[in-house]
Amino acid sequence: MSELFSKKNIKLLTDPLNENNPITVQVLGVCSALAVTVKLEPAIVMSISVTVVLAFANVIISMLRNTIPNRIRIIVQLVIIAFLVIVVDQILKAFAYDVSKQLSVFVGLIITNCIIMGRLEAFALGNKAWASFMDGLGNGAGYGAILIIIAFFRELLGAGTITLPGIGEIKVLTWFIENTGYQNNGLMILPPMALIVVGIIIWVQRSRTRNLIEN
Amino acid sequence: MNRDSNLYIFIYASVMVIIVAAVLSFTAETLKPIQKENVRIEKIQNILASVDIQSTKKNAAELFDKYIPEENRIAINSKGEKVDADAFNINLKIENKKPIDERTLPLFIVNIDDGTKKTIIPLLGTGLWGPIWGYMSFEPDNNTIYGAVFDHKGETPGLGADINKDWFRKPFKNKTIFEGDKFVSVTVYKGGKGAAERAGDLKHGVDAISGGTITSKGLEKMVFDCLEGYQEYLRNNKDK
Repeated sequence: MSELFSKKNIKLLTDPLNENNPITVQVLGVCSALAVTVKLEPAIVMSISVTVVLAFANVIISMLRNTIPNRIRIIVQLVIIAFLVIVVDQILKAFAYDVSKQLSVFVGLIITNCIIMGRLEAFALGNKAWASFMDGLGNGAGYGAILIIIAFFRELLGAGTITLPGIGEIKVLTWFIENTGYQNNGLMILPPMALIVVGIIIWVQRSRTRNLIEN
Repeated sequence: MNRDSNLYIFIYASVMVIIVAAVLSFTAETLKPIQKENVRIEKIQNILASVDIQSTKKNAAELFDKYIPEENRIAINSKGEKVDADAFNINLKIENKKPIDERTLPLFIVNIDDGTKKTIIPLLGTGLWGPIWGYMSFEPDNNTIYGAVFDHKGETPGLGADINKDWFRKPFKNKTIFEGDKFVSVTVYKGGKGAAERAGDLKHGVDAISGGTITSKGLEKMVFDCLEGYQEYLRNNKDK
């Protein structure tokens, strides 16, 4: 047990949350970060789905790593990822129909999410299953954290609401809208604003974590 | 065995694909009944919502049988004559591809709680990214819209996807689709809030979604294309 949660393994889990974040430091998975962050609820479900797919793809590839022929390794990785994504999609369609409708094409697009391919290539192919699992969870969570921060600000400032899974849409900012002439910022729900929010997050992160700054 | 030999690669790929295919088909087949039921319940909920009957997943089927019994689910042709078909399960995707006079068109007649009769017509069209659909209900004069619901497969969240929001669908109420005896359908006006009013078309016009132009226009085309085939029926069966 102590070995499973050794310092090294815990670091695999926590590093991607800040110093090795897939979006803000590795700059992977930016595409979906722009696409699913208009509302908070799809962003949360997307984060969970990506984390599940990433963790299990990492484990499967890690277990197969000594058998995979080098020349077709990318194809093997893609098949495994596509397989897991379709399973997730089918399960959502059967047991969380409303959410699957909201995410629609984006679930299928997890297949092309570069975080997953990136982690399989960079980590799972050279490490043991448990470490790969931790790496998958960590990177999924790091991706999810950024997604949720972006979605929170975009929905709040763009639509004046917050949508949570199982609770639904909560209207906030109503006081401002009714009393101060405040208008929802339509630009926030357009994709360019997601990029700008990512930029702001990177700025904040770098000013707090000095060792990320290149010379 | 040499991991880089062609034979190894060939066997590896084949075995992997067969295993993955088997597991996937098993998963899909096992979950299919649950998924189909989800789709059926959603369709029922949409039909009921077009006449403002709110239902939950649990009571939807029961309410549907109560308000729209089997004999009120009708299939017609473009001349307005009844034809023999299972109205609920007509595939609009196939019907919409046929020329209008060959289509079999489903419609539902519902007697709502205030005792009036409404006619519900299903719609199917194309938005920006994929299919959009909806249900439109008409007052007994078969001209005034009583209610409308729309939904979509994958329109842009926050923009085109808002066609399923109340603020977009509610203004359809009380619009008319005939001008005199001429079929004019409903027009969707670009230009933000109040665009239909500025265009001077409050009788047949509603506001489009800013930033969702292609979805809005697709919706306008869907309403026109789908209602077109019902013209004769609507004219001949109205209550004066």
